[in-house]
Amino acid sequence: MPLGIGCTARPGQSRNNKTGSWRVYYPILDTEKCTKCGTCQLICPEGCITQNEDKTYAIDLDFCKGCGMCAEECPDKAKAISMHLEEK
Amino acid sequence: MVDRKLENFDCGHRACGGCGASAAVRMILKGAGENTIVVSPTGCLEVFSTPYPETAWKTPWIHSLFENASALASGIEASLKKQGRLGKEKILVIGGDGATVDIGTLCISGAFERGHDFTYICYDNEAYMNTGIQRSGATPYDADTTTSPAGACSTGNNRPKKDLPQILVAHGSPYVATATMAYPMDLMKKVEKAMNTPGPCYIQVHAPCCTGWGFDSAKTMEIGRMAVECGLWVNYEIENGELVSQKKVKRVPVDAYLQAQKRFRHLFRPERNEAEIAKIQAIADKNAKKYGIDIE
Repeated sequence: MPLGIGCTARPGQSRNNKTGSWRVYYPILDTEKCTKCGTCQLICPEGCITQNEDKTYAIDLDFCKGCGMCAEECPDKAKAISMHLEEK
Repeated sequence: MVDRKLENFDCGHRACGGCGASAAVRMILKGAGENTIVVSPTGCLEVFSTPYPETAWKTPWIHSLFENASALASGIEASLKKQGRLGKEKILVIGGDGATVDIGTLCISGAFERGHDFTYICYDNEAYMNTGIQRSGATPYDADTTTSPAGACSTGNNRPKKDLPQILVAHGSPYVATATMAYPMDLMKKVEKAMNTPGPCYIQVHAPCCTGWGFDSAKTMEIGRMAVECGLWVNYEIENGELVSQKKVKRVPVDAYLQAQKRFRHLFRPERNEAEIAKIQAIADKNAKKYGIDIE
């Protein structure tokens, strides 16, 4: 690949890099318990939690690195996200 | 108003799981809004977000050397001004603490003295994490890093943290603030305010680093909150030299914050090092007195 001065890349090209393979624990979001506060979506370091049209949230496991911040920070009254060991 | 739905930092970047800096950058870009040109000096952020040809940025982004991010931002500002685009487009520098408090200080000082209209944000993970946890000017007292190792003859970093926000207040900056990624709404509001304030503004953002500090990746937000609760990190805003707001807390002893991190574990084993912990407590007490953060 040629690498010159002033090289540019198309925006958001990092999506080619599926960081989900790094994961040891994977999250499961229980939409029944979820209060739709949006905390997980705001704090996720990857930005891989998105809101669907019906206001529920979904975690994109292609990119989730399994850090567990969403499960930890999910408010006590909901605790809708749980972490599980990845079976490989 | 801060647009929480704005996503200018995409998935697939190579930060460690639970990285405080990458979470902070997502929030910063939400606060900064559209039409922002980002300048990043070398550091963790530059390395993990842009291994060519993959970039996580969805906003114009330019990389500079460690030392000259502010000079580059000054040049972009001058160019936008000449073209009549300044105001419609804004300039934001996001650098690490090494690039900010150590290597880039000269250029920051110059840019602030000349009064360019841009915002400088330092994500402060308190060491050179990208190259393998070497101490920087922002490393707190007694932290164990690879260049300030704790052992028989040393208790870690022997100098206190450099107070760069106060240095930039002395430059006459219209807006200087500190924030932490553990309080996202506060951080986003401060970024929005800085971006809309004419002149050079500065925000220092506390960004816990699970790899360098040694804690579980799920606890990043919790460590950030603990730092504020014990008084070792103070969230404040200074406008034109006047302290206008500070986060008030019911302060707890520094022990819990120190014990939660591997970089301070030498203070607790083989036995508790009372003398050193008292020195760190004194730093927290001094902060509390200086900024008046205690709830009576």
